[in-house]
Amino acid sequence: MTAAEPAGRRPRHVTWGRIGVYAFLLASALFFLLPLWIMLLTSVKTMDEIRLGNILALPADPTFQPWIAAWSEACTGLACDGIQVGFWNSVRILIPSVILSILIGALNGYALSFWRVRGAEVLFAVLLIGAFIPYQVFLYPLVRLFSVFGIYNSLTGIVIVHIVFGMPIMTLLFRNFYSSLPRELFNAARIDGGGFATIFLRVMLPMSTPMLIVAVILQVTGIWNDFILGLTFAGRENLPMTVQLNNIVNSVQGERAYNVDMAATVLTALVPLVVYFASGRWFVRGIAAGAVKG
Amino acid sequence: MAIAIPIPVRRRRTITRRLPAMLALVPAAIAVVVVYLGCMLWTVRLSFTSSKLLPTLDFVGLEQYERLLGNARFLISVQNVVIFGALFLIGCLVLGFLLAVFIDQRVRVEGTLRTIYLYPHAMSFIVTGLVWQWFLNPTLGLQKLVQDAGWQSFTFDWLVNKQMVVYTLVIAGVWQFVGLIMAILLAGLRGVEEDLWKAARVDGIPTWRVYVSIVLPILRPMVITSTVLLAIAVVKVYDLVVAMTNGGPGTSSEMPAKFVMDHLFERANVGLAMACATFMLITVIAVLAPWLYSQYGPRARRRPA
Amino acid sequence: MSTVSVRDVTVAFESVRVFDRLSLDVEQGELLVLLGPSGCGKSTLLNAIAGLLEVETGQIWIGDRNVTWDEPKDRGIAMVFQSYALYPRMNVRGNLSFGLRMAKTPKDEIDRRVAQAASMLHIEQLLDRRPDQLSGGQRQRVAIGRALVRDAAVFLFDEPLSNLDAQLRNELRDEIKRLHHRLAATTMIYVTHDQIEAMTLADRIAVMKDQKIQQLGTPLDLYYRPANLFVAGFVGSPRMNFVEGTLEQAETGPAFAAGKRHLPLDGYPFTRPPEPGRAVTLGIRPEHIALNGAGNWDGFTVDIVEPLGADNLVWCTDGGLSLEVRTSGEQAIRPGMPMALGIDPRRVSLFAAEGGERL
Repeated sequence: MTAAEPAGRRPRHVTWGRIGVYAFLLASALFFLLPLWIMLLTSVKTMDEIRLGNILALPADPTFQPWIAAWSEACTGLACDGIQVGFWNSVRILIPSVILSILIGALNGYALSFWRVRGAEVLFAVLLIGAFIPYQVFLYPLVRLFSVFGIYNSLTGIVIVHIVFGMPIMTLLFRNFYSSLPRELFNAARIDGGGFATIFLRVMLPMSTPMLIVAVILQVTGIWNDFILGLTFAGRENLPMTVQLNNIVNSVQGERAYNVDMAATVLTALVPLVVYFASGRWFVRGIAAGAVKG
Repeated sequence: MAIAIPIPVRRRRTITRRLPAMLALVPAAIAVVVVYLGCMLWTVRLSFTSSKLLPTLDFVGLEQYERLLGNARFLISVQNVVIFGALFLIGCLVLGFLLAVFIDQRVRVEGTLRTIYLYPHAMSFIVTGLVWQWFLNPTLGLQKLVQDAGWQSFTFDWLVNKQMVVYTLVIAGVWQFVGLIMAILLAGLRGVEEDLWKAARVDGIPTWRVYVSIVLPILRPMVITSTVLLAIAVVKVYDLVVAMTNGGPGTSSEMPAKFVMDHLFERANVGLAMACATFMLITVIAVLAPWLYSQYGPRARRRPA
Repeated sequence: MSTVSVRDVTVAFESVRVFDRLSLDVEQGELLVLLGPSGCGKSTLLNAIAGLLEVETGQIWIGDRNVTWDEPKDRGIAMVFQSYALYPRMNVRGNLSFGLRMAKTPKDEIDRRVAQAASMLHIEQLLDRRPDQLSGGQRQRVAIGRALVRDAAVFLFDEPLSNLDAQLRNELRDEIKRLHHRLAATTMIYVTHDQIEAMTLADRIAVMKDQKIQQLGTPLDLYYRPANLFVAGFVGSPRMNFVEGTLEQAETGPAFAAGKRHLPLDGYPFTRPPEPGRAVTLGIRPEHIALNGAGNWDGFTVDIVEPLGADNLVWCTDGGLSLEVRTSGEQAIRPGMPMALGIDPRRVSLFAAEGGERL
């Protein structure tokens, strides 16, 4: 019998496999962080530095002037009041859209889960399928329709559009959530004498906090980042930040002020990014709930 | 002794009980009927007209479609969306899978890495497009960076190169979207039971083989979901193109969605635009229908969620 | 010669130290059961033997090979899991043969082994089905089959029957017992929390609690001479009766005293000389108490009767003590009847009140 050497813990040497894993993950992380790095750095450099230096280098002489310029002086088309106009437009679009689309989605989900209305399931199915179809299929008739009602190119118009196009996901979210609640809860409330509205306002809605958080995250991100709907329906006084941003950057003849452009870009990306970093796991939950349909 | 309830009373009671619910669903009903069904049908109807600036309700048969098929810009846009679509799909699925697998290896900084891989998804396609446009700027961006670093003959002028510009869109698109695919596949990986790994270890199956022969088949529903989501995103791609290349240089990065928008608002050719929109609709239905059928059709088995 | 030898093993498991230099020797061809409540470390020990967990200190030997550093596939083991762990997208034949194909076993050898395992477990007609088309019992057979085809010297079972309903559990338990007899040379280590499974299947049982082996012995050893309070209470259903009291020295010899009750202890095999005044717990199994015989403890009244058919379980109480008695089902007993209980000192077990070890 040979001498019994192997005993206790196996000597761990770092395997090539482990190194490979970390290397790949690190390289990927760099790939993802690169644009953010560039965005931030360029926004604090002077134009001379940008022209002469390289795009990855740290600024020798950082300045916040581009940010100020972006915020209050940048030119979007005819006016040169900076992107703050777009920022406040986006805020004005965001708040009613988020509140109303979530409310209606929750109401729909509630009605679908607990109340048997004939044809409701078909309605829901069409709604879900509609979510997959590109906006271009609905856009023009909607534009004509809004013109007839005088709400084309208005705040009301864009809010309604966001409600309509946010309805499928919001309804799905809340329907799935309410379906996962025990039905006995609902029955107990009925026995206690609750009607449709009472049960919703006093029982279901208070319980919906996790879903409300997810819904707010999804809608804030989606509506703030929207471009095509804002471009089409909001009207010149209400153009959201994304549209203004594109105007600032892409509709300039001659040399571009890259630092101002990047500053404006960071400002536009700021709100959803803050929501993302603040929400942690909730963001992933929102994606999972929305992405894994059915 | 049973008392027969007269039918009209019963129906009345049911309706009054259901009335609030029905009222609550009115906005949804309006949305579905007016927008999702009505506008869609109207778009298709308009594709059979000769509308230019404003809609006209004549009927010209398939004339717009013929014109579409002869339109160079349209043909380029279809070619682009196919190339973009294929590369985007493959890129996101493969990279997303690899990221998910590697992150699942009990890596120490997993939380941080996941945050990094997912943050692009929180940004607008406009932001993404603009940043990548800046990074790939031929004079001041990547090309200059590498040249300054010593490799003088390096060129990366894809952004202004008619043949290569589509690929820049792919890079930016994958950068934005792959985090989502990773999240979906990672969730699937986490659902693979621990004992399965143990059994494979006892059976002496090498790790890569476990992933290929055992894990991937388990992940099939998630891969399919991801593919559908990706395909839908491909057809919708508009914001990214507008920000990054605006269809340029020239028309070499045109996309169908942009074709529709341009012809609706700038080139005042509603009929042609609606034909293209209908074309997009048919494409989406072609992708959706088999998936929906497999999920909800007659032979679909109830899958534990 | 022992086939599996665990020597002075400590396992590190998720930054927690489990076991303190535990040792265990398993004889060749025996079926050893690791029995204990959840958290006692039995699965951890099994996983360490399998090589799925690393040992911190100590060695593991299988046969005459030191396998401490070997991968599970090189240890000559096969394993059956509680959740079956079948490869979901392969059919039964694929599940059985996958490991062999990986090891590049020649095809006719694979076919032979698969056919043999299938016939031994009566799953021949299931070979082309997929796991989600099988019932729980069938899946577990396939899992056992996957272990069989490996022709391993050691089989490891990790609570394989816990996911099955009661009837299936009995069926498969018998199958496993028959398998054990057919494969006389194969050593089997079986983990469970169910003491009935342990008693029926095992050649020897290692009762575990708090990552220590409380007692290692044959089922009958454990039943009639439990080494401590825990084993005595864990093994046997219905549970052993426990009465707390003290040892005292009576004229006739050592005796047990609890309140006003006395029990002379002549004939009780003490492991060491009894110390008067020591606090002890007396244990007596329900079937070892005689009813209405020449009872040395009288004054009991029948509280509850649970008729099982062949036996009656009778709870008797005297206001202070409550004892469960197992008696013949044909005896007519009703609540309220006065009872005298006869306790044979040679049948009892005495345990130290502190620590619970057997006296």
